[in-house]
Amino acid sequence: MPEDWENGGFGLYIHWPFCQAKCPYCDFNSHVVAQIDQRAWADAYVSEIARIGAETEGRVLRSVFFGGGTPSLMDPDVVDAILTKIRATWPIANDIEVTLEANPTSVEAGRFAGYRDAGVNRVSMGVQALNDADLKALGRLHSASEAMQAFDIARSVFDRVSFDLIYARQGQTLKDWEAELRQALGLAVDHLSLYQLTIEDGTAFGDRYAAGKLRGLPDDDVAADMYALTQGVCEDTGFAGYEVSNHARPGCESTHNKIYWKYGDYAGIGPGAHGRLTLGGTRFATEAPRAPAAWLSQVRQTGNGDLCRDVLSLDDQFAEFLLMGMRLRDGVSVARFSQLSDNILINKINGLVEIGMLEYNTETLRLSQQGYPVLNAVLRKLLED
Amino acid sequence: MTDLSHIRNFSIVAHIDHGKSTLADRLIQSTNTVADRDMKAQLLDSMDIERERGITIKANTVRIDYTADNGEAYILNLIDTPGHVDFAYEVSRSMRAVEGSLLVVDSTQGVEAQTLANVYQAIDADHEIVPVLNKIDLPASECDRVAEQIEDVIGIDASGAIRVSAKTGIGIHETLEAIVNLLPAPKGDRDAPLKAMLVDSWYDSYLGVIVLVRVIDGVMKKNDRVKFMSNGTVHGIDKIGVFRPQMQDVAELGPGEIGFITASIKQVRDTRVGDTITSERKGTEVALDGFKPAQPVVFCGLFPVDSSEFEDLRDAIEKLALNDASFSHEMETSAALGFGFRCGFLGLLHLEVIRDRIEREYDIDLITTAPSVVYHVYMRDGEMIELHNPADMPDLTHVDHLEEPRIKATILVPDEYLGDVLKLCQDRRGVQLDLTYAGSRAMVVYDLPLNEVVFDFYDRLKSVTKGYASFDYQMTGYQQDNLVKMSVLVNDEPVDALSMMVHRDRAEARGRAMVEKLKDLIPRHMFKIPIQAAIGGKVIARETLSALRKDVTAKCYGGDATRKRKLLDKQKAGKKKMRQFGKVDIPQEAFISALKMDS
Ligand SMILES: Nc1nc2c(ncn2[C@@H]2O[C@H](COP(=O)(O)OP(=O)(O)O)[C@@H](O)[C@H]2O)c(=O)[nH]1
Ligand SMILES: C[S@@+](CC[C@H](N)C(=O)[O-])C[C@H]1O[C@@H](n2cnc3c(N)ncnc32)[C@H](O)[C@@H]1O
Ligand code: SF4
Ligand SMILES: [Mg+2]
Repeated sequence: MPEDWENGGFGLYIHWPFCQAKCPYCDFNSHVVAQIDQRAWADAYVSEIARIGAETEGRVLRSVFFGGGTPSLMDPDVVDAILTKIRATWPIANDIEVTLEANPTSVEAGRFAGYRDAGVNRVSMGVQALNDADLKALGRLHSASEAMQAFDIARSVFDRVSFDLIYARQGQTLKDWEAELRQALGLAVDHLSLYQLTIEDGTAFGDRYAAGKLRGLPDDDVAADMYALTQGVCEDTGFAGYEVSNHARPGCESTHNKIYWKYGDYAGIGPGAHGRLTLGGTRFATEAPRAPAAWLSQVRQTGNGDLCRDVLSLDDQFAEFLLMGMRLRDGVSVARFSQLSDNILINKINGLVEIGMLEYNTETLRLSQQGYPVLNAVLRKLLED
Repeated sequence: MTDLSHIRNFSIVAHIDHGKSTLADRLIQSTNTVADRDMKAQLLDSMDIERERGITIKANTVRIDYTADNGEAYILNLIDTPGHVDFAYEVSRSMRAVEGSLLVVDSTQGVEAQTLANVYQAIDADHEIVPVLNKIDLPASECDRVAEQIEDVIGIDASGAIRVSAKTGIGIHETLEAIVNLLPAPKGDRDAPLKAMLVDSWYDSYLGVIVLVRVIDGVMKKNDRVKFMSNGTVHGIDKIGVFRPQMQDVAELGPGEIGFITASIKQVRDTRVGDTITSERKGTEVALDGFKPAQPVVFCGLFPVDSSEFEDLRDAIEKLALNDASFSHEMETSAALGFGFRCGFLGLLHLEVIRDRIEREYDIDLITTAPSVVYHVYMRDGEMIELHNPADMPDLTHVDHLEEPRIKATILVPDEYLGDVLKLCQDRRGVQLDLTYAGSRAMVVYDLPLNEVVFDFYDRLKSVTKGYASFDYQMTGYQQDNLVKMSVLVNDEPVDALSMMVHRDRAEARGRAMVEKLKDLIPRHMFKIPIQAAIGGKVIARETLSALRKDVTAKCYGGDATRKRKLLDKQKAGKKKMRQFGKVDIPQEAFISALKMDS
């Protein structure tokens, strides 16, 4: 019998923890430093790939994702060294997706061709907003027109280009967002990530919000309207939502992210990276130290960048499987969840079907149109004791 | 044995925060009763909750040795009494065990409501009273004005008031001298049959029940067999001693002395405060006038959040009740909350203290239902039922009328807030009895229904007067009024724990306030929820909590699986603080918060 992770496949995440500046909303593991010894980082990633490769020998690698931070600050040589090592380590799927997150500035666009030559075949650009005032409020270093130029370069270099927008921003109305969204869809190639601004603890926005100084955020009702509008407009334009915040032309969904949401296995390499690996029949959660210097010296000294490797109980796996899988429009497979849980869910499911939140048949369990925007509430109900 | 003429027994009466505990500490410290290294602030406030809130709940005792300026050695017994109105009863009985009081008034504040309430108790107990003006180290201190106020308002001579800073130690020596020279020595006859007053008792896990006694006549010694006159039980004294403030054994306690005994008594219930203790043989025939036991006046339901902790709750409540005769409890079942206890308290502070102790010392999360007073329900057949719980309200067709308890409230307030205070009392169905001035402060006396006071009156009073008002009350009796039971329906299901008794004229306003509050307190669900207040079948207020429209995490990638799972676990734990009513989860704090009124 195949192991559960095989339903999602196997991918590799590489975390590059540096940025030019820290954006006030961002709680990713990103750091601003004066100097980066790119060679040393390349060596460390390569050594980690060798370590994990030895444990996952023979698996077919379906995707690689360079995330950050700002991976478009990496030297193309570093990316090349990493991808070369990867190709030497695992059998590579024919349609492997190799994505790199890029900030849309001219300097970074200058490296795009180098990344392509190294083997990157998809970029995901953090455009965030399409007007300068809002970009400034988000603490971004690029203007809208600079982003557009970078985007044009990306389209000419890569077949697959996605970009991110953050909406439900300060002072944004439903009308503002509709206009911006339509403009974005006009530019879009094959994929779009549309995130509602989340106020994260421990960020500059988080502090300002707690102090009552982050004004003009749309209230929950407006945010709900924006979300509904986004779903409708994207669907009408051929960019149906396939996940809570992700939209793609049919067949152009992100392979890598689908590994997460389908609860496959993924190795995580780099500071603060998380992984999920099934080894010898046991599923582990791995996590690396967040501080870049700590991770680097640990890899150099011990040859192992992980901070911990925790066994995931069946209950944990079930919870993760649901909370990742239910994000997908297609929902989760009933056969799979019955294997992960002997939990009697049927009463809870029926209750949620009754109030119109879930759709359920013998094969799949998924959210209804109405349930999608309140996914967390549905999950709490499904997973409550 | 100390000669009676060399004993002084006294208490300190004061409004809260006027410095009673600090003064007691200073007296203890300056007489070297406690070594400096063992000195911690507020020696006598021993419970965590007491220290934390800076209040005294139970009376505490300490014996102080003092060599006076006249060269003679004296024994001073201090009983530190609670300042809060809920524990007024505790104050009154402690007063009976001593002959004099230090009346401590903060010289930057002046006389306050509890100053009055407590000093009247001292006067009732025939005490000699020595006024002490405290906090003279502060620039705002106004001793002359406050002395005058004491004379005007209380009517005692304050010309010789001692000026003290309990903080810096000024006037402490003078205070000790005044205790020796101005307070009367106790009276008593060493050769008469034993007669001692049972002042207080509490349970100690090592020693069993400890009994605080004041000997009037005769002598008590270890191994003596003594009789508790109220029930005739006889006990052998295992241990006899005094508090300094730790326990210290003594050979005997003679007339005028205050100390403790232990006598293999299992439960505090087997002792009655105010009882007379005498010797088994050749004892006295004449008992002291007993005290009337304290009656709980506020009732509420305590339910474990986690219903599997019911037995733990029973255990906790029984243990606490062992030490607190004024705390009553009986089992209660609520359709909404399951099994719990209906508990009676002396007042809201008492309620909070007990609830805190259960939550902290016994680690049980509680749901507390709306506090209620005891209504007298007169049935058509002439029977009278005491109603402790609105849920038990009998069918109206059998009810003739209802009576509710009323209080006499005394409030002292600076002039500029008087208008707000009068409005507050008026809004709470008060009837003004008196309005006079004490210096620049108004003293208002109101007749008020206890049920209007029990919940948040004191909070409201504090907020409308920015904390400058002081308040005290006493129960006066029962009075008929137009009272009805208001029930609350959430998603069309009645929530028994939220039902309450209200005055008919105030029902709409209360109902409206309640449903509005609940609308804020209950989190949005995936469906809309009607919230109604009703009297009988008639809905008097209604709100609709709209359905949750957005609750979804925007980004969730590889690293977020762990984070989200942990968040869900946390929410699961948080959900334990909720109660399910039909399909609706109500947070436990809603049961109390929903009743707080903003006007
Ligand atoms: N400045 C000053 N503060 C004092 C004095 N006596 C007490 N306090 C302070 O007043 C507050 C209340 O004192 P406490 O003894 O707890 O009052 P109680 O509530 O009457 O027992 C505490 O913060 C004390 O430190 C004093 O003589 N001078
Ligand atoms: C790893 S981040 C950014 C990658 C790249 N450094 C950039 O800024 O363009 C991936 C995406 O998450 C989104 N994001 C980050 N913080 C967010 C927040 N607090 N709320 C909503 N979206 C956020 C942004 O759209 C961002 O492009
Ligand atoms: S949003 Fe991107 S650029 Fe900004 S701090 Fe986060 S990772 Fe760095
Ligand atoms: Mg005190």
